Amino acid sequence: MSSQDIPEENLPAERAADEHAHGAVSVADEKHPFADPGLPPHEHRIQDIDERAAKRSERTVALLFTLSMLATVGFIASFVAIPADRIVYIFPLGHISGLNFALGMTLGLALFCIGAGAVHWARTLMSDEEIADERHAIAAEPEVKAQVLADFKQGAKESALGRRKLIRNTMFGALTLFPLSGIVLLRDLGPLPEDKLRHTRWSRGKLLVNVNTDEPLRPSDVAVGSLTFAKPEGLEEHDHDFQTEIAKAALLIVRLQPENIKDKRELEWSHEGIVAYSKICTHVGCPISLYEQQTHHVLCPCHQSTFDLADGARVIFGPAGHALPQLRIGVNDEGYLQALGDFDEPVGPAFWERG
Amino acid sequence: MSTTTTPNPSGAGAPGRSREKAPAGEKVADWADGRLGIYSLAKANMRKIFPDHWSFMLGEICLYSFLIIILTGVYLTLFFHPSMNEIEYHGSYVPLQGQLMSEAFASTMDISFDVRGGLLIRQIHHWAAIVFLAGMFVHMMRVFFTGAFRKPREINWLFGFLLFVLGMFTGFTGYSLPDDLLSGTGVRFTQGAILATPVVGTYISMFLFGGEFPGGDFVSRFYSIHILLLPGIMLGLVVGHLILVFYHKHTQFAGPGKTNKNVVGMPLLPVYMAKAGGFFFLVFGFIAMLAAVASINPIWVLGPYRPDQVSTGAQPDWYMGFAEGLIRAMPGWEINAWGHTLVLGVFIPLMLFGLFLGIIAMYPFIESWVTGDKREHHILDRPRNAPTRTAFGVAWVTAYMIMLIGGGNDIVATHFHLSINSVTWFVRVGFFVGPVIAFVVTKRICLGLQRRDKDKVLHGRESGIIKRLPHGEFVEVHEPLSQEALHTLTAHDQYQPAEIGPTVDENGVERKVKRPQKLRAKLSEAYFGEDNQIPKPTAEEYKEITSGHGHH
Repeated sequence: MSSQDIPEENLPAERAADEHAHGAVSVADEKHPFADPGLPPHEHRIQDIDERAAKRSERTVALLFTLSMLATVGFIASFVAIPADRIVYIFPLGHISGLNFALGMTLGLALFCIGAGAVHWARTLMSDEEIADERHAIAAEPEVKAQVLADFKQGAKESALGRRKLIRNTMFGALTLFPLSGIVLLRDLGPLPEDKLRHTRWSRGKLLVNVNTDEPLRPSDVAVGSLTFAKPEGLEEHDHDFQTEIAKAALLIVRLQPENIKDKRELEWSHEGIVAYSKICTHVGCPISLYEQQTHHVLCPCHQSTFDLADGARVIFGPAGHALPQLRIGVNDEGYLQALGDFDEPVGPAFWERG
Repeated sequence: MSTTTTPNPSGAGAPGRSREKAPAGEKVADWADGRLGIYSLAKANMRKIFPDHWSFMLGEICLYSFLIIILTGVYLTLFFHPSMNEIEYHGSYVPLQGQLMSEAFASTMDISFDVRGGLLIRQIHHWAAIVFLAGMFVHMMRVFFTGAFRKPREINWLFGFLLFVLGMFTGFTGYSLPDDLLSGTGVRFTQGAILATPVVGTYISMFLFGGEFPGGDFVSRFYSIHILLLPGIMLGLVVGHLILVFYHKHTQFAGPGKTNKNVVGMPLLPVYMAKAGGFFFLVFGFIAMLAAVASINPIWVLGPYRPDQVSTGAQPDWYMGFAEGLIRAMPGWEINAWGHTLVLGVFIPLMLFGLFLGIIAMYPFIESWVTGDKREHHILDRPRNAPTRTAFGVAWVTAYMIMLIGGGNDIVATHFHLSINSVTWFVRVGFFVGPVIAFVVTKRICLGLQRRDKDKVLHGRESGIIKRLPHGEFVEVHEPLSQEALHTLTAHDQYQPAEIGPTVDENGVERKVKRPQKLRAKLSEAYFGEDNQIPKPTAEEYKEITSGHGHH
C-alpha cells in the first residue's frame, strides 16, 4: 500500500533528476508558506463524471429501499405467523424466542436499509462540493447593546420598582414565601423516621422459622457447615407488609463448634454453637448469602463486605462499617429455637441517628 | 372604492397573481408562512452548512437513541402497570407460575412473553438507553479533547453535561421499574446510600419510599420520575442543545479555507437531511437487530424482588458502574460520636461521585480563567496541541475506568481468576496513582506528537525512500508538504504563560499579589510553559531550512 501512496514525481527515478530533491519546497506562496491557501478545488467523484456509475449508485439505493419494503412485509408476516412461545435454535445464539428474533431482524433490516440507502444517495449522488458560510459574532453590536440598556432603564424607571420600596419589599416577600406551600405539600410523602429503623419483628419467644420450608427450626435442623435463613414466626409471604418486615428481620443461622467462637458475647447469645445474625449487610443493605464453611466467613455478594461469624461477625474486608447485629437465641420448652428478644441495635445500613 | 383596494379573498380574478398557478406545496407553504413566518426561518436554516468529520456524528447517535427511547418508552407504558401490589403470577412463563410478585414485575413478564413484539420493544428500549449513555460519554470526550467547549459554547457544554447526569438517573429509575431481584437490590443500595447522608438521610429515605424500605410506593414514584419528570427536562435540554448548535454553527478542524470566521461543509438540504436523517434509521436499525440477537435484562431469570434474597454478580448498568466502584472500593469508615453516626464509608463515595462529575462540568470555566482568552473559538484543537488539557482529560477517564473495574470487581475476579481482595486493593491504589501516570504519559505523548508535527513541517514527510548520494552518503528522501498541509499543521494558536509581572514597581514599592493571581500564573505555566508545549515552527525557520543553507 505504502509504495502506491507515493505520487509518481516522488519515485526515485523522477527524484534523481531533481537537484533540490532533499528538502525542496513547492509552495504556492513563497513569502508566506504557512498562509491559508484557501479551499482546495473540488474533486469529482466517479458518479459526477460517469453517468453509468451514477446509474449504478441509483440502482443500489433503490435496491436498499426495496429491501426495506420487503423486510417490513416480513415483519408483519412474522408477527402474524410465529407463535409467541416458539423457541428456535439459531447458531450461534442458541435456543431463543423465534418471534423476537424474526421481528427484530426484519424491523432492524427495514430501518437499516432506509438509512443505508439515504446515506449512499447522499454520498454518491448529491453534490459534495464544499461551501463556506460566514460566521457572525454572537455578541451584539455596541449600538444594539446601548439601545437595550436604555430600554431596560426606561422600563425599570416606569415600573418605579426602585423608588417604591414598599412595593418591592412586599413583592419579594410574597414571592419568597409562596413556594413554601409546595414544600409543605410534600410532607405527606412519608412518615417521620422516629424509631422505625431500630425495631424488627423479633421479640422474646418468637420462633425461628425456616424461610424455605416455613417450618420452625429445631437445633438438630442446623448442621455444622450449613447456612440456614430464617424469619420470625407469624410473618407470612401473603402479609401486606411482608417485604418491608423481611427487609429488617431476615436472619442467617449457622452452627459453629462452641470452642471456635472467639467472641464472649457471641457465645453467650448462641445455643449449642448455633448463632443467628441479621442477614442484612451493614454496608448498604444487601442480603448476605455466601458462606465459607472452613473459615466461618460470610460475604455480601453486592459489595464484598466480609464478616467473620466466629468473631462477633466483625468486618474483615470490604466497605461495611460495622459488625452484623446478632440475635440472642435459645430453645423453648418444646425444643424449638426461639428469639430471646429483638436485636439490640438497628439492623442494616448505618444512619445519622444510629449512634 | 373598497372594491378596488380590498383584495379578492379567493384570489380569483386577480390578474397576474402567481398564487393561481403555484403548485400545491407552495400554497401550503404560503399558508404556513402567513402564520408562522417559515420562509424567514428556512432562509437561515435550509441551506445551513455543516462541516464533515466522523467524530461529529457521535452527538447524532445520542439524539437518535434518545428519540428511540421515547418512541419505545411510550409503547411500553401502554402495557406496564406501575404498581407494587403483590399478585400471583399466571402468565405463560411456566417456571414462575404461582409465585407472588408485584404487578410491576408481572406486567413486565407479560410484556416479555404475552405481548407479541413486547420483548423486542423492551430490549430496544434498554439497549437504546445503554447506547444513549455510551454515546453521550464519547460525544463529551470528543468535545472535551478538541476544545469545542470553549467560548461561545460553555453553556451548551453544561446542557450536555446535565443531559448526561439526568440520563444516568433516568436510566436508573427505568431499570428499577420491573421490580426484579437485580433492580430491587440496586434500589436497596440507593436507599442505603441515602441513609448515609448526615442529618437528613433517614428523612429523605422515609419520604422517597413512603415509609420504610421497600414499602409499596417506590415503583409508582419512580415511574412518574422516569417517564415524565426527567425525560421532560431532558427533552427541553435536548431542544436547547440543538438550538445552540444551530445558532453557534458547528465547529470545524483547521484546514485550507477553514477559518474562525467561516464554516465549510455541505448544506443541510439535501446532503445532511439525507445523511443525518438516514443515520437515524441506521442507529434504529442497528439497535433493533441488537435487540433481536442480544438479550438484555432477562428479568424472568432473576425473579421478583425480595429484600432477603440476592443473586451473585449483581451489576448495575454500565453508566452506574463508576458509582458502584466508588462504593465498593471505599473502606468502611464510620464515626460514632455524641449519639450520632457519620457513615463516611458510604457518604464519601456519594460526595466523590458528585465532585468527580462536577469537575468536568466546570472545566471550561477553569480553562478560560487560566488562559484569560475572551475570543470566540470555532476551530477545533487537535488534542496534541493542548497537551495539559488532553492529559487532564485522559487522567479523568483513567480514574473513571478504574472505578468501572472496581464496580465489577467480583466479575473481574471470577473471570480472570484473581483474588477479589487484590482487585479491590488495585482499585483503591489505582484511583490515585492511575490518573497521575496517565497524565504524565499523555502529556509526553502529546509533546512528542507536537515535535513530530514540527519536524514534518520543517523537513517534510518521510517518504521511506533511501537515496545514495554521489559521494556515498545515504539520505532518506523527505517529501515536502503542500501548502495546504503546512497551513493545517501550523494553524493552531499557542498561548504564552500568564505572568504576574514585577512584584516591585519602579519606586521600589512592593505590590501585593493576590493568591488567585499566583495560582493562575502557576496553572498558566503548567499549561503553556516552556516544557509544556513545543513552539510551533515559524515561517522564518521554514524558509531558512528550505532555502538549502539550513541543510543538516
